[in-house]
Amino acid sequence: MPKVAYYPGCSGQGTSLEYERSTRAVCQAVGLELVDVPDWSCCGSSPAHMVNHVLSAALSARNLDLAHSLGMEVVATPCPSCLTNLRNAAVEMEDEGFRSKVNALLDRPYTGAVDPQSVLQVLVEQVGVDEVARRVTKPLTGLRVACYYGCIMNRPPERMRFDDHENPMAMDRLMEAIGLEVAPFPLKVECCGASFGVPRGDIVMRLSGKLLDAARGLGVDAMVTACPLCQMNLDLRQRQINAALHERFRIPVFYYTQLLGLALDVPRQELGLDRLCVDPRLALGKIKAPAPVQ
Amino acid sequence: MRIYDLATAEQDFIAEVAARSHQDVRTCYQCGNCTAGCPYTFVYDYSVSQIMRLIQLGQQETVLRSKSIWLCGSCQSCTTRCPNRIDVAKIMDVCRHMARERGYATEREVKLFADSFLRSVERHGRAFELGLMVDYVLHSGKVFTDLDLAPTALARRKLPFQPHPIVGRDQVERIFQRFRQGGAHA
Repeated sequence: MPKVAYYPGCSGQGTSLEYERSTRAVCQAVGLELVDVPDWSCCGSSPAHMVNHVLSAALSARNLDLAHSLGMEVVATPCPSCLTNLRNAAVEMEDEGFRSKVNALLDRPYTGAVDPQSVLQVLVEQVGVDEVARRVTKPLTGLRVACYYGCIMNRPPERMRFDDHENPMAMDRLMEAIGLEVAPFPLKVECCGASFGVPRGDIVMRLSGKLLDAARGLGVDAMVTACPLCQMNLDLRQRQINAALHERFRIPVFYYTQLLGLALDVPRQELGLDRLCVDPRLALGKIKAPAPVQ
Repeated sequence: MRIYDLATAEQDFIAEVAARSHQDVRTCYQCGNCTAGCPYTFVYDYSVSQIMRLIQLGQQETVLRSKSIWLCGSCQSCTTRCPNRIDVAKIMDVCRHMARERGYATEREVKLFADSFLRSVERHGRAFELGLMVDYVLHSGKVFTDLDLAPTALARRKLPFQPHPIVGRDQVERIFQRFRQGGAHA
C-alpha cells in the first residue's frame, strides 16, 4: 500500500474543511495511506513569498523537516498554494547558500530531501486512474462538469514537474473514470484572482467571473476544483460576482475529492456537500441511478 | 511613448534585481508574451513587459512605486511562457520585496492583508482565518470588507471561532523574530 506524509494546510481547518475530510476519506478508500506531519505549521502561503523568499522557505522548511523525521520521501498536500511554497523551498534549498540562510532562521536546520507533491499527483501516479475506476461502486453518469486546475498546480512546469502545464488532464481522467462527462475547459490554468478577494475584490469578480462564464458556455452542471482558494472564489464569492457583473450564475463548485468520494461510496458525512455555498442538489439530481444488475 | 534618458539608469538597481532574483534581466527582448498571458494587466499601471523594460532601464522609482508589482498574483503565466526562460514572476516578487523594504506600498490594502495574514501565523503557528480578517479590518479601517459573506460562511461553519494552536508555536514565532533581526535577503 502506498504511503506518504500528509500536510493538510490551514484552510483545511476552516474554509475548506470539506476538501480536507473528503481527501482523507478518498485516500483511505483507494488504499493510499496518509501519515500526518506532526504539529505542522503554516507554509506562509502567498503573503510570505510576497515579503521575502528566505522567510517563506523557512516557514515551509520547518514542515519539510517534520516530514523528514517521519522517514518519508514524499509529502502530499491537497492545497496548491502550500504545494508551491513547500516545493519552492525544497528546490531552492538545493543551493547551499540559500539553504544556510534558511537554516539560520530555524531552531533545527533542515537536512532532508523530502519531495512535496499534490495529493492529486500521488493519486494518479501511485494509485492510478485504473485502480480508482476499478473501485467505483456508484458511477456518476449523467453529470457534465468542467475541471479547473488553477494557475499554480502545474506551473512553472520545470518546477512542478507534473501533468501538462497548458492543458492538464489528471483531474479530467479521474473524473471520467468515475463516470462523469468532462467538458474540454479552455481556462483550466487561468488565474481566479488568487488571494486578492479581501483586499481587491474587484479583481476576483472579474477573473473568477470569466471562469464561470466559460463554464456556463460549455453547458456544464458543475465545476470541479483542486484548490481551496479557487473553490472559495468561485463558490463563496459567486453571489458577489453575480452582483458585481449583473450575472445570474448558479454553478456548483465541487472539490474533485467530493465527487470521487460519492463514486467510491464513502460515508456522506465525510464529503461535506452541505458546506458548498451554491446548492449542488440540482446537479447531483442529474446523476442516473446505475442500471440494475441482470 | 515615454522616453527615458539612459543617463538616469540606476545601475545598482538593475544589479540588485538581477542578484536577488537570480535572473538575467538583460535577456528580455520585449516580445510581450508575458503581457499577452497576464490576467492582471487590466488593473496594472505598467504591464509586466513594461516593468521588465523599466528594470532594464534602471528606473527604480517608477518600478518600485508602481501598482503592478503589488497586484501581480504570482500565477506563473509569464514565467511559464517566457521564450527566454526568465522567471518573470520571481522578478515581480523581488520588486515587491524591495518596495516593501523601502516603505513603499502603492496598493495599501494588499500589503495590509499580507501583514495581517503573517501576524496570524506568527501568533498561532497556523493561519487563523477569522482572526486575520478581524486584524485586517482593524488595520485597514475597511469595516465592510466581505461582511455580506459572513452569514453564508458562518452558516456553513467555514470560519471556526478558535485558532488551532500547535505545540511548536514558539518555533514559528522565532522564525519571524530571527528574520526581523537579520533582515535576510534573497
